[in-house]
Amino acid sequence: MLCFRILLSTTVLATLALAPAQAAEPLKVGFMTVRSGALAAGGRQMEEGLKLCMDEHHGEMAGRKIDLITADTAGQPAVAKTKVQELVERDGAQVLIGPLAAFEALAIDDYIRQTKTPIISPSAAAEDLTQRKLNPWFVRAVGTSAQAHHPLGEYAAKDLHYKKIAIIADDFAFGHEIAASFQRTFEENGGKIVQKLWSPLNTAEYGTYITQIDPDVDAVFAAFAGGNGIKFLSEYKNYGMQKPVLGAMTTVDEGILKRMGSEAVGVISSGWYSAAIDTPANKKFVEAVRKAYGADPGYYTVGAYMACQFLNNALEQVKGDISNKEAFMKALRNVNIPESPYGPVKLDKYGQPILDITIRKVEKKDGRLQNVVIKTYPAVSQFWTYGADQFLKSPVYSRDWTPAK
Amino acid sequence: MNFWIIQGLNGLAFGSLLFILASGFSLIFGLMRIVNLSHGAYFMLGAYVGLSAIEAGVNFWIAILIGGGAICILGTVIERFILRRLTGQPLAQVLVTLGIAFIIADTCVWIWTGDPRPVPMPHELAGAFRISHLAFPIYRLFVIGVAFVLAAALWFLLERSRLGAMIRAGVDDLTMARAMGIRTSLLFSVVFCLGSALAGAGGVLAGPILSVYPGLDTDMLPLALVVVILGGVGSLLGAFVGSLIIGFIYSYGQALFPDLAYMILFLPMVLVLTLRPTGLFGKQAF
Repeated sequence: MLCFRILLSTTVLATLALAPAQAAEPLKVGFMTVRSGALAAGGRQMEEGLKLCMDEHHGEMAGRKIDLITADTAGQPAVAKTKVQELVERDGAQVLIGPLAAFEALAIDDYIRQTKTPIISPSAAAEDLTQRKLNPWFVRAVGTSAQAHHPLGEYAAKDLHYKKIAIIADDFAFGHEIAASFQRTFEENGGKIVQKLWSPLNTAEYGTYITQIDPDVDAVFAAFAGGNGIKFLSEYKNYGMQKPVLGAMTTVDEGILKRMGSEAVGVISSGWYSAAIDTPANKKFVEAVRKAYGADPGYYTVGAYMACQFLNNALEQVKGDISNKEAFMKALRNVNIPESPYGPVKLDKYGQPILDITIRKVEKKDGRLQNVVIKTYPAVSQFWTYGADQFLKSPVYSRDWTPAK
Repeated sequence: MNFWIIQGLNGLAFGSLLFILASGFSLIFGLMRIVNLSHGAYFMLGAYVGLSAIEAGVNFWIAILIGGGAICILGTVIERFILRRLTGQPLAQVLVTLGIAFIIADTCVWIWTGDPRPVPMPHELAGAFRISHLAFPIYRLFVIGVAFVLAAALWFLLERSRLGAMIRAGVDDLTMARAMGIRTSLLFSVVFCLGSALAGAGGVLAGPILSVYPGLDTDMLPLALVVVILGGVGSLLGAFVGSLIIGFIYSYGQALFPDLAYMILFLPMVLVLTLRPTGLFGKQAF
């Protein structure tokens, strides 16, 4: 069996090496998703987004057939590591799309560098992957944690005129990065974060946190991932809390908004995407998703869809020939999509998209909850207005970035 | 002062949920010596079943019965056809229940998808109860009430009824109980059904507070284990006191020492196991 495998892989390698113009052969794309465990909902939405994009291109990009190989990482870093090896070494994936979670992306980071496999992230938002620990083979098709929330901090201070805000956030990197970026711009514009509460990712119930919120604040900024936004908002209401809630992009993401009720109405959040963005490109996309899956697209659906569009855009630049990996990576970093569900998308030299960030407010429209756009900050960089050099000098946003005053 | 009252109520409410979960676990272990690691999965599955019933238009209170009933049937079947074959092999039983927990968890993802789902609460219990500027959700007060009523009912069942006498006889000496003519086989089924039903109904009852999501099972199971070990395995009083202790530690601990929340939760268990391996109210050692 082992002999057979070696023989097989040598044959495959030989074929690959000998092929003069591989343009006719299918391109093997490895896709890492999550089908089991706590992150399965996001994984399913990613698969839906990807499938929609593949169907749009009729399974063909730049004249090459796309051979999609899907692997289930179960949302676990160790499994992600095994699966990425299988995809690359056994299945011969030439480009990767995935994985879902930031800790998975970090777990396979070394392997990606070693094997020099181009990878497009449809979801993982951890800052440093496109900043201080730049991976030359990594391109992101979504915003970073802070990218969407620098504008919200400014908006809360300048437009909403809030002075004192309490933050409650998931106690892991994503929550820390969001909270710190919000705090930075909010305080630079005259606001003050008076309290920071960190709840564990698997907090069973939020009662103990909600009852600690300082009653004198103007608003509460709640930064949650996964399904925690659902739990928090409904309990917030049950405890009779009246202060307005600001949310992170994922607190009221469309993926979970469909499960919420009146408690979510009025929540103002920010993000690089809302299903309610009123452009022809997005309307077409939302309609397609609603038709195929009966729900509005959110973070994961659009992330995977865009990762696939990035691939298409880069493949067209190199005319489907990825034998020169450096040239292909250059094309990936050069992706320029003037019309997409996000709006116009270009990448900076770190492999991170520059995106329009919208401020959204949850309203009930057409019989369902939607993130209605109330303001747009055009072409926002991952470094906000600080500039790359100055931004990268300070350490990555963390839990203790600046204590609450 | 307000802080202590409100966090005390929070602790009481969470402890009440834990009691409903842990009492079933403790009951099953006490009589049958089965460490049922599927108990968290029963809790989650019960919540999902109840949610589907509510979405189908069933009243919340009936949904609790449906959730409990469905899990009772499931538990009884598993006990009859799987666990009973493994009598006397505790390790095999533990592993089987763990395996069943995984199967239930993935089946739930398959049927109900991975979306987190809040269970709608009955209208009559929505909203907050206010005294001066203190506010506390009415539903949680109700859950506290349920736990106390349940504790009293279980106490009556175990200490004052004929069934309870048989169960106690079985816990104390199974062979002797059998020799006295108690139909232990039927007794096992009844107890397993009751324990499972408590988990299932508890899941529905907890739904409006915790909501249902993949991972609810693994979030709750360790807490049930801590409660039972702390209180003393197989002791109803132990489960009750243990639940309240853990509930208070959970809420005061998270509020006062947020960075140590998990350590504070498990430290008492370690201390109790070291100093008094039978738990606070347990009779026999593990």
